[in-house]
Amino acid sequence: MFEQLDALLLARIQFAFTVSFHFIFPAFSIGLASYLAVLEGLWLKTGKAIYLDLFKYWLKIFAIAFAMGVVSGIVMSYQFGTNWSVFSDIAGPVIGPLMAYEVLTAFFLEAGFLGVMLFGMNKVGKKLHFAATLMVAVGTFISAFWILSVNSWMQTPVGYEIGANGQYLPGESWWDIVFNPSFPYRLVHTVIAAYLTTAFVVGGVGAWHLLKDRTNLHARKMFSMAMWMAAIVAPIQIFAGDMHGLNTLEHQPQKVMAMEGHFESHPDGAPLILFGIPNSEEKRVDYAIEIPKASSLILKHDLDAPLAGLDTIPDDEEPPVGIVFWSFRIMVGIGFAMLGIGAWSLFARFRKRLYEWPMLHRAALVMAPSGFVAVIAGWITTEVGRQPYVIYNLLRTADAASPLDAPAVAASLLAFVVVYFAVFGAGVWYILHLMHKPPHAGEHGVKRGDTGPIRTAGITPGPSQNPDDPDTLPRDHEEATDGR
Amino acid sequence: MDVNVDLTTIWAFIIAFAVFAYVVMDGFDLGIGILFPTFEVGPERDRAMNSIAPVWDGNETWLVLGGGGLFAAFPLAYAVILPATYPLIIAMLLGLVFRGVAFEYRWRDPGHRRYWDAAFTGGSLVAAMAQGMTLGALLQGIEVVDRSYAGSWFDWLTPYTLLTGLGTVAGYALLGATWLVWKLDGESQHHARKLGKRAAWATLVLMGGVSLYNVFLNAEYAERWLTAPEIYFAAPVPILTAVIAVMLLRALSVDRHSKPFWLSLALFFFGMAGLGVTMWPYVVPPGLTIWDAAAPERSQIFMLVGVAITMPLIIAYTAWAYWVFRGKVADEGYH
Repeated sequence: MFEQLDALLLARIQFAFTVSFHFIFPAFSIGLASYLAVLEGLWLKTGKAIYLDLFKYWLKIFAIAFAMGVVSGIVMSYQFGTNWSVFSDIAGPVIGPLMAYEVLTAFFLEAGFLGVMLFGMNKVGKKLHFAATLMVAVGTFISAFWILSVNSWMQTPVGYEIGANGQYLPGESWWDIVFNPSFPYRLVHTVIAAYLTTAFVVGGVGAWHLLKDRTNLHARKMFSMAMWMAAIVAPIQIFAGDMHGLNTLEHQPQKVMAMEGHFESHPDGAPLILFGIPNSEEKRVDYAIEIPKASSLILKHDLDAPLAGLDTIPDDEEPPVGIVFWSFRIMVGIGFAMLGIGAWSLFARFRKRLYEWPMLHRAALVMAPSGFVAVIAGWITTEVGRQPYVIYNLLRTADAASPLDAPAVAASLLAFVVVYFAVFGAGVWYILHLMHKPPHAGEHGVKRGDTGPIRTAGITPGPSQNPDDPDTLPRDHEEATDGR
Repeated sequence: MDVNVDLTTIWAFIIAFAVFAYVVMDGFDLGIGILFPTFEVGPERDRAMNSIAPVWDGNETWLVLGGGGLFAAFPLAYAVILPATYPLIIAMLLGLVFRGVAFEYRWRDPGHRRYWDAAFTGGSLVAAMAQGMTLGALLQGIEVVDRSYAGSWFDWLTPYTLLTGLGTVAGYALLGATWLVWKLDGESQHHARKLGKRAAWATLVLMGGVSLYNVFLNAEYAERWLTAPEIYFAAPVPILTAVIAVMLLRALSVDRHSKPFWLSLALFFFGMAGLGVTMWPYVVPPGLTIWDAAAPERSQIFMLVGVAITMPLIIAYTAWAYWVFRGKVADEGYH
């Protein structure tokens, strides 16, 4: 199957596969760590057990998602060297230090406090435990900060000098490198995306349990919190995405041309192509449905502003238009669907039907995984859109790869595909299994050591409960039935 | 040996420290994975797992610092070593995937627990073997032409690298067993001590084998171990190693707490010091010295500031996390 593929293409497929798989987990754990910190903080502030129950419910899910993020992340930190050694050598002096800072300021923080967060509640007391949760949440954000700075520098490289040995060397100001032109926009857009992704997962799980039992107070609480997040943050995200797009137009115009499907230049107002089929060979968009001059309005805030097209770019510097065009529309489409759910939830709240509107709950359930699709589509847009360069306008992807034979990369790619689908497939199944259980009072956290004979028999139905009053449930309810 | 203390030297020691921290800290995690099949299914396995569950993630982070630090401080070495040992690195990464998720999955899925236990062992074994073989591949030398790896993709597979791989597996097993002597009690502790003794002998024999092989591997290595004046710097290392070895074997017979673990750590320290003597000043023998591969001064200074600020904090909160989970692992685990 791999005979026709060269080592370069295989290495690109391998990177795309492993990084896409990896990013699913941080997209979730960045948001979930913050949600857990909020829940624990609310519990400490109000003393209400429902927040502690929700904290423990989501903590079990977080533990699995975080473990998958860690092991798939270590793969990424080595893959720069294994498969992109020319890039590593040339760009190492500039981006290596940023990644070292990620390890020093984020990875150790997360990993060091994770053990206390998962297992230490009864060992360190509430306040120190909350501090540990906060450290993990802050760590996920710091990690995003540094790695997005690295990615952004590769998109909009500034502040470097070229050394005698061909390496890119840091210039006088690290500030310029870290806060390169696209970084602030990418950071805001990506972190908000992680929050939205998590909000829709939490909302979807709440909706699922409301559909089964709309009186479940825990499900109501998580659904309500998630819908506030959707209603407030989705419009902010659309605004942030627009700003990010304008920044891209300024620094990486051909990426925007591909996103818009503008093969031709439009000297007096470019149309907004809503849909169509990009035809790269004929350099046109077939069956286009377009709004005249709307693209100029969005990108230049002027109906008649001229917009250059891909006809101004040499053919060997154009990104693949089809992939960028479609992935961009998927991301934007999901963004507006999220906005719609947020608005619907506000309307439902106003009508006092937030917990009694099965159509809304079904819609939220369908949207539960939408954040993952949107973030992957967004990354495909920005990463494919900067091709053929790995460091924009400086180093071509084709010149960055390691001197490896195609069979070596083919074998490793095959191994990654098999292992990732098996291992992370199992992990996702375990997460879905946890989400399937209704949240309830007396939720227990991550516990180890089911050494007794009771909890080795698998899942057994719980005792009958009064869902209107979770506090009537025995505290050790799930201990007897959890089955671990 | 001419040792100028410049930024590059400081960075070589920082990377060496990160690698040492990784080897001993994740070493006992991986060692427990390697020894896992010898533990009884049930409480004994659960307690062995619980003794590292809160700390393994932090321990593994040192591997990212070792790799990321190498990328940042010696980008050329990172860009040469990883393609040269490509199959080993991929095997290690996949082994660590299985090992890492097993910590969570085995509790989530009692029906398939034995499969995740097998994944825990298999992943640990593959990762340990691959790490040891990577070290061997580095010591036996990597061909570099024009800032790039110039060998073929199985150059790393030799009898020597198999020996270093097995030595690493045995050494990790020793760390894991002595950690369990410290953290367990009763019958399980007795079992761990028995394993510790076997692993100690295996480690010492393989360490000796690798050391002898080193002398014959490369004329330059032989020179610095066997001729004056280098021998005066080098000789204390094997002598102290032998003293530690005797103390370790004695401690494994009498001590019920942490002493065998600390002595195993010391054994690894002197093993590492021996490696330092062998390799210095090369980061990729036989051609690239640390100065050939070093990042420019601006990169070194920028990161040194970060290390100076964060490393004391990292060590402090890591120590705190260990302190929180101190003592023998109780039967019921963490609640």
